Amino acid sequence: MSHRVRVNPIACEAHGMCAELLPERITLDEWGYPLIDGAPLEGEQVEHAVRAARACPTFALLVERERSARRRR
Amino acid sequence: MSDVPSTITEPLDAPPAHGDVPALPRLLAGVRRDGEPVSLDQHLALHGPPPAIRGERRSGRERAAALIDEIQLSGLLGRGGGAFPTATKMRAVADARGRAIVVANGAEGEPASTKDRTLLELLPQLVLDGTILAAEAVGADEAIVCVCESAGAGVQSVERAIEERAGERSPPRSPKLQLRTVPSHYVAGQESALVNYLGGGPARPTFTPPMPFQQGLRRRPTLINNIETLAHIALIARHGARWFRQLGTPTQPGSALVTLSGPVNHPGVYEIQHGASLASVINAAGGPTTGVRAALTGGYAGAWIAGQSLRGLALSNEHLAAHGASLGAGVVLLLSEDACPVAETARVARWLAGQSARQCGPCTHGLDALASTVEQIAAGNGHAHAAQRIDRLASLTARRGACAHPDGAVNVILSALEVFAREFADHARHGPCDACRRPPDLPLPHRPVQREQALDGAPPRR
Amino acid sequence: MLAGEAIGGMTLTLAAEGPSLDWYLTRSTGAVALLLLSVAIALGVVDVKRWSTPRWPRFVVDSLHRNVSLLALAFLVVHILTSVLDSFAPIGLIDAVVPFVGSYRPFWLGLGAVAFDLILAVIVTSLLRARMGYGSWRAVHWLTYASWPIALLHGFGTGSDVKTTWLLVLSAACVALVAAAVLTRVISGWPENVRLRGAALGGTGAFSLFLALWLPQGPLGSEWARRSGTPSSLLPHARVHTGSSGSRP
Repeated sequence: MSHRVRVNPIACEAHGMCAELLPERITLDEWGYPLIDGAPLEGEQVEHAVRAARACPTFALLVERERSARRRR
Repeated sequence: MSDVPSTITEPLDAPPAHGDVPALPRLLAGVRRDGEPVSLDQHLALHGPPPAIRGERRSGRERAAALIDEIQLSGLLGRGGGAFPTATKMRAVADARGRAIVVANGAEGEPASTKDRTLLELLPQLVLDGTILAAEAVGADEAIVCVCESAGAGVQSVERAIEERAGERSPPRSPKLQLRTVPSHYVAGQESALVNYLGGGPARPTFTPPMPFQQGLRRRPTLINNIETLAHIALIARHGARWFRQLGTPTQPGSALVTLSGPVNHPGVYEIQHGASLASVINAAGGPTTGVRAALTGGYAGAWIAGQSLRGLALSNEHLAAHGASLGAGVVLLLSEDACPVAETARVARWLAGQSARQCGPCTHGLDALASTVEQIAAGNGHAHAAQRIDRLASLTARRGACAHPDGAVNVILSALEVFAREFADHARHGPCDACRRPPDLPLPHRPVQREQALDGAPPRR
Repeated sequence: MLAGEAIGGMTLTLAAEGPSLDWYLTRSTGAVALLLLSVAIALGVVDVKRWSTPRWPRFVVDSLHRNVSLLALAFLVVHILTSVLDSFAPIGLIDAVVPFVGSYRPFWLGLGAVAFDLILAVIVTSLLRARMGYGSWRAVHWLTYASWPIALLHGFGTGSDVKTTWLLVLSAACVALVAAAVLTRVISGWPENVRLRGAALGGTGAFSLFLALWLPQGPLGSEWARRSGTPSSLLPHARVHTGSSGSRP
C-alpha cells in the first residue's frame, strides 16, 4: 500500500513548511509554491509527510493512500 | 451575435441522406428565418414527441437504462470542450448515491464561441427536451438550465420556453426545470465553478475530488452537460444511435456546431458533421474576405494551425491531433494575414492571465509572468533567453492549478510561439511591426480586466 | 500588608495572614501570561510574514508560536486557580469565565474573564483545526487581537502592583512588542484592504492614546483600589483619628 503527497492548490498559500519537512518530495518554485514529486513515499517518509501535512497552516498538503486519482478536465 | 446566419441549412460535405431523414441540418433544422425561437408546438411538430413508453411493461428505470445504452452506442462525446463520453458520465451519475440533479451548462465563457447562446435563443425547446430526457435517464427530479448573464436574448428565450412547458403541458413527475443566469467570465462555466456558483458560492473552481458526478450541487450526484450535448441527446432518443453515426467519423460520430469567426463574409454558427473540411465551412460562410494566415481551433485553450496546413484540414479531433490541436467546444478562429500574430498572442495571453480565478499561486503568477514575457517580446524588449523563460514558466504553470485554465493558456501560448516562430523572432529583434497597430483581430470581451482585480470584485487572495 | 486596627471599640480584621503564596502566584503568573501572550502575538505576525533563516526555518517559528500560546494558557490557568484559591479577594471559579458577576472589582476582573474566554476560543479552535474549515478557524483566530488589549486593561485594573516599576516596565515592553507586531502586520501587504488596515491602525492609535490619558488618573492615580470596585471591607483605611468617626464600617 503506497502513500503519496498531493497539494490542494486552492488552499495552498505558499507558507513553505512542507518543503522544509519533506524535502525529499517537495521543493518550492520561484513564487514559493510547492513542486510535488508524486512518487510513492518510502518507509519513514510517510511519518514525515504526515507531520508536514499537520504543519501546513491551511491544510493544503494531503497524504493519500494508494488510489489512482486521474484528474478530470 | 444574434443574426441568423443565412446559410446554416446548407449541408456541408454531407453524405447522401439515408431514408427520409435528411443528413444536415440536424440540430439546426427548424431554425426560423425570422429569428424567433421555435415554440414547443413547432418543436414537437418538427421532431416528433420524445420517446413515449414503448412497451408498457418497461419500467422507468429500464427506459432510463435503455436511453443511456443508446447514447453509449451512439458514441456521443461532450460538446463543451472536454469531449468526454456522455454515456459514461450519465451512468456514473445514475449509479452514484443520492438523488441526482442535472445542470445544463450554457455558460459559454469562451469569448469566441456563440453556439450555445445561439442554440438557447433559437432552439430552447430542443435543449429543454434533451435536458428532461437526461434527467429522467439519471433519475434526477430537478434540472437547472444555466445561461450566461450577458446573453439577454437567450435568457428570455429559455424563460418563455420553460413557461410553455409548465402546467398541463408538463407530464406528471416530470423533472422540475429552473433557469439560472451565471457570470460571463471564462472559468465560470468550468464544472466545479458552476456547481460552486449554483450552490451560492463564487463562480470559481473548487478542489476535486469529490467530482461533481459523485457529490456536486447540494452534495447530490450532478450531471453537468453542455447544452449542445443535451440537444443531441434529444435527437438520439428519437432517431437512435445508428442514425447518429451516419454522419461524422467512427471515433467522433455525429454532427456538431462550430462557431466560425475571422475574415469570412458570414461569421457565425454552423452545423457540420465531424470530419468536414475547414474549406467547406469557410465556403458555407461565404468565403474568406482576406488571406488567412492561420487558424486557432478549440478557442483560447486550443492550438494554432499554420496557414499552409489549412488546405485539406478536416475538423475532427482525430485529424486535428496531428497538428497538436483539437476542436474543443467547436471554436474555429481564423487569423487574417494582415493581422500581427505576435500582438494578438500578447493580447490573448494577457486576457487569459486576467481570467485566472487567482486561487492557485502557480496559475496567478505563472500566467501573469507568461503574459509579461510575451508582451516584452512583442515590444522588442525580450531578452536573449526569453524562449527558455517561457519554457520554464510553462512547466511551472501547467497542471499545477485546481482546474484546466492554466493548462489551456499554456497550450495556446506555446502553440503560438511554435507556429509563429519567425514572427516572434522578428519582433524580439526589431520590436513592433506595422500590423501591431491595427485594431484587434481576435474577439475578446470589451470590458478591460485590471491585473489586480479578481473576477467578482473580491480582492485577490494574497 | 494590612493589620487589624483598633478603633475605639471596633476591631477591623483584614486579610489577617498577610499576603499569601497564592496572592503572589496569581500576580506573577498573570504578568507572565501577559508577556507570553504578547510574545505569541509577535510570533504569529512573524509566522504570517513568512520570515525564516536557515537556522530558524518556518516550521520552527510556527511551532514556537503554537507552543508559546499553550504555555500562556498554562500560566493563565494557574493565574486563575491561585486567584480563586487565595482568600483575600472573594473570587470564585465562575468569575473566570463569566464576566462582571464578581464582587471584587467586577468590571476589571470581568475583563479578565472576557479575555480568557476569547483566548480559550482561539486555542480550542486551533487544537481542533482539522475538524473545522480553514475560513472559520481563521475568523476565530483574529480574536487574539481583541483579547490582548482586554487582558492588558484587566491587568492594569485589577493588579495591585500597577504602580511598581517592574510591572510598569513589563507592561511597557508588552505594549511595545504588540504595537510593533500590529504595525508590521498592518503595513505588510499595503494597500490591499485599505479600509480594514486603516481601521486597525486607527484602533491601535486610539487605544494607545486612551492608555496614555487614562493610566495617570486611573490605576496610577490615587485611591484606585476604591474606585475600581474593591469591596470596602478589603480597603485599607485611612489613618483614624481617635475620637472622630473617620472610617466607614
